Order: sequence, then C-alpha cells, then structure tokens
Amino acid sequence: MLGPNGAGKTTLLNSISGVARPTAGSITFEGRDITGMRPEQVVRLGITHCPEGRQIFQRLTVEENLVAAHIRRAGRSFEALRAEAFDLFPVLKERRNSVASRMSGGQQQMLAIGRALMAEPKLLMLDEPSLGLAPKIVHQIFRIILDLSRNGISILLVEQNVQLALECGDYAYLLNTGKVKLHGPAQEMAEHSALSEHYLGGVNETVLHV
Amino acid sequence: MLGSLIQQTVNALTIGSIYALIALGYTMVYGVLRMINFAHGEMFMLGAYVAFLVLSMLIGTVGGAGAIALTAAFVIAIFLVGVIGVGIERIAYKPLRNSTRLAPMLSSLGVSLSLVTGIQILAGPQPVAFPSFFPAVRYEVMGGTVSSVQIGILIAAFALMFGLHFLVNRSRIGIIVRAVSESRPTAQLLGINVNGAISMVFFVGPLLGAAGGILYASYYGIMTPTMGAVIGLKAFTAAILGGIGSIPGAMLGAFILAFVEVGGTALLPIVTHGVLGTEYRDVLSFAILILVLLIRPAGILGEAVSEESIVYKREF
Ligand SMILES: Nc1ncnc2c1ncn2[C@@H]1O[C@H](COP(=O)(O)OP(=O)(O)OP(=O)(O)O)[C@@H](O)[C@H]1O
Ligand SMILES: [Mg+2]
Repeated sequence: MLGPNGAGKTTLLNSISGVARPTAGSITFEGRDITGMRPEQVVRLGITHCPEGRQIFQRLTVEENLVAAHIRRAGRSFEALRAEAFDLFPVLKERRNSVASRMSGGQQQMLAIGRALMAEPKLLMLDEPSLGLAPKIVHQIFRIILDLSRNGISILLVEQNVQLALECGDYAYLLNTGKVKLHGPAQEMAEHSALSEHYLGGVNETVLHV
Repeated sequence: MLGSLIQQTVNALTIGSIYALIALGYTMVYGVLRMINFAHGEMFMLGAYVAFLVLSMLIGTVGGAGAIALTAAFVIAIFLVGVIGVGIERIAYKPLRNSTRLAPMLSSLGVSLSLVTGIQILAGPQPVAFPSFFPAVRYEVMGGTVSSVQIGILIAAFALMFGLHFLVNRSRIGIIVRAVSESRPTAQLLGINVNGAISMVFFVGPLLGAAGGILYASYYGIMTPTMGAVIGLKAFTAAILGGIGSIPGAMLGAFILAFVEVGGTALLPIVTHGVLGTEYRDVLSFAILILVLLIRPAGILGEAVSEESIVYKREF
C-alpha cells in the first residue's frame, strides 16, 4: 500500500483492525464481513496490526512484550510461538530480559514484528516498518518479512519506500486522499510512469500546503 | 529515648503499611485508566463492615472468635470487597470510559457518597466496636511499648504487598496490566484483553484497601461509616507523593508520609513550645500534598509531566 503522507494508509489499517470505524463501505476477510468488529475480535480472526512507530511497550522487557501480545485460543502454545520469533530474530533471544526502551530502533522494530507474530496472524499488516532505520537494518527486516510471506502469512505492507516495497510485494495499491488511485501487480506498477507522477504530485501538494 | 524511638518507628511502620495498602489501589487504577477513583477510600471502610458481617455470620457473634474464624472472615471479606470493586467499575465507570476524563471521576464521587450513606442506613451512623483480629499482647522493648496487633498488621500488610509484587511482575495478568497501563490504545490494537486487565485492577485494589480497613479497625477497635474519608485522602496523598501510577511509588509515599506524620506530631509540640499540638497531624499531611503538587506534581517515582497530563489539565 503506497501513498504520500496523509493519504490515509494508517487510517485504512486502523479500519481493518477495528481501531477506527469506517463511515461507509465494508471490510471482508475470508468471505466474512468484519466491518465494525472490535480489535480483539479481529485479532482472533487472524489479522494482526503492527502499528506505525512500532509502539512497543517500553517499560516491559522483550519477553514481557511477547507474553502480553500472546492471544490465548485453540492454537499453538506461547512457547512454540516464542521459539519461532527467537529463530527469526536471534537478537530478541539474546536480549529477552532487557527493558524494551534500551533497544535500538531496528531491534524495536524486530520486537514489534515478533510481538505481532504472538497472535498467530494469517494476515499481518505492517505500517511503515522501515521508518527511521538504517538501510542495512531495513534490508534485514525486509528479508524476514519475505520469509514470513513464504511461510504462508499474507502481508499487507504500508511503505513510503516505493522502490523497496515494489521489489518485495506481489501486488500494489496507490492510495491518495483516501482513494485507490492505481493498482496492479508490483512489477507493472514499478514500470508505470503515472505512479511516480501521482506519488510525487501528492508529495509536492503537501509541500506546497506547508 | 531509644524506647520511644522504637515505639514511634513501629507506629509509623504500622500506619504506613495501612496507607500503602490503600494507596496501591489509587495508583493502579490511575495506571490503567488515568482516573482518580474517589470511591476507593470506601473500599477501606467496606472491608471493616463486610468483615464484621462475615464474622457474625460465621460464628453468630463477633466477640471471642478463634483464629480460624478470624482468618476465614478476613479472607472472605477482602475477596468480597474485591468483587464489589469489579462490580462498581462495570456499573459506574465502564459506561463512561469513552466520555470525558472528568465523567468517571465525578461518578466515583457519587459512588463514594452512595456507599457511605448506604452503610449509614444499613448499619447506623454511630461507631461500632470492632473485634481485634490479632491477640492483643503488649511487649516492652527498651522502655517503649509495641503491641502484637502492630506486628500482626505489619506481617499481613507486607505479605499482601509481596503478593502484589509477585502478581504484577511475574504473572501473565500482571504483565498485561502493565502493558495496558503503558498504552491502552496499543494494547487494544493488539487484541490484548484490556477489560480483563481493568477488572483485575478493580479487584486487587479494593481487596488491598479492604485489608487495610480490617487491619485499621482492628488496631483502633472501632469502625464508622465515614472512616474511609480522611484516611482515603491520606493514602491518595501518599500515592501522589510517590508518583501516581507507580506501584513502588505508592508504597514509598505511604511510608514517607507516615514517618513525617508520626515524627512531625511528636516534634511539633516540642518545637513550637506547645503552640501547635498533635491535632495538627492532618494539616501536616495535607500540607505535603499541596507542596508536592506545587513543586513536583509527578511525585518521587512518577514519570516527568508528559504531553498526556498537559492535555489532562486542559480538560479540567
Ligand atoms: N478515507 C478517508 N476519508 C476521510 N479522511 C481520511 C480518510 N483516510 C484518512 N483520512 C484522514 O487523513 C489524515 C491522514 O491519514 P493517515 O494518518 O491515515 O495518513 P497516512 O497515509 O498514514 O500518512 P503517513 O504517511 O504520514 O503515515 C487523518 O486525519 C485521517 O483521519
Ligand atoms: Mg501513517
């Protein structure tokens, strides 16, 4: 999901996860209408929202962040899910007893994704996971996101880093002023000249308004 | 001299641990809901009345109860007050959770008045003699007196605080309570059981407050429907002093307040040559509240004033 600042990307994710209520339209997941469901119901259906700016619990330890986000239901045990998260992000295992606020930005993003996995998502929504991170860390995180996708988790990725997003994604949407302006397979979108026009157009607009 | 020092220290520890039991309820509720529960002092009062009722139902009278009946009455009473606390939250605060910040606080004032008036109607406004939950023995320690009631209060209060520490820091529900305290929106978004955490806090806080009430009534041998008012404010002062929202802060604030009170009350008549007597004890406590609010509103262990509390002030 691409789009300039203020396009409505976060609002879209908030509407899906039930934090915001859409005023019109409907949201369907696996053939089921989930419009207006509360977040805890949406999470139990298998949609997890990894929020913008990571929002990890700063005063909790790494391990406690994982414990808090584990959703009890007839699924896999906390220990199994934690082991999987530790496999993906070994640094979380190393620092499991550190207070989260002491972790670097990249480690906090890894924790945010690891924490989201504790709810066993079928659909994982990531809101700008690359925000404020060094390119090397961004690539590391994106490799793991691709791994997750290969392991059968559907990913809805919101990104400002257009090039990287189109390289990783299968299908892309361009959102502006709350509307889908363009959509198509990622490769086609990458070649589409209108994309950069829309994209940069939107950016210029916001710059002008400032 | 040493004897009276020991005696005053034990007095301060005793009253401090009762303040701490109540202050914990204020601070935990503030932690998860950013609200001051003005009905919390009444949980302290209810503890004594419910224990009295349970005890008379268990053995038909309140005098001369054995250790087993007293322990059972204590445990049943604090549990019942915990359940009452959860019920109050559901009825009086939860429906107001998404309205202005002031609404649930005003509602809690209403709950407080209703509880005091309700007990006055049911049990009468007059003080009632309360049985001691501990065998009363006085020990002479180097010239000072320490009673077994005080020692019993200290043991019970510290056991409860240790239990709380364990619950909050080690258990799954405790971790969830801390997560919700740090950010309710994030907890909600992750599908964390926010209502469960809030109910937990409204169970544990009143439970501890009720325990404080029973211990206090045991100590003074009396209970009244209004006994929660002043001590509730003192415990609130302790929570603010330690930093509202902080659990260690509530305990620290309670003991500091108790030591200042006991020490101040002992010294005031000497320092002022009898102009200010021991009756100025409450003035001393509330002067501390005003000073803390003026100088360091976040308290000793509280977080620095955040953007959130600025918004909060504007709403007032
Ligand atoms: N469909 C919509 N209809 C009306 N208003 C909307 C809609 N979508 C978003 N908005 C409003 O637009 C503003 C910006 O939205 P949002 O935060 O979702 O943008 P964003 O794309 O996530 O931006 P950023 O890249 O800065 O994170 C918000 O105030 C939001 O309420
Ligand atoms: Mg956004």
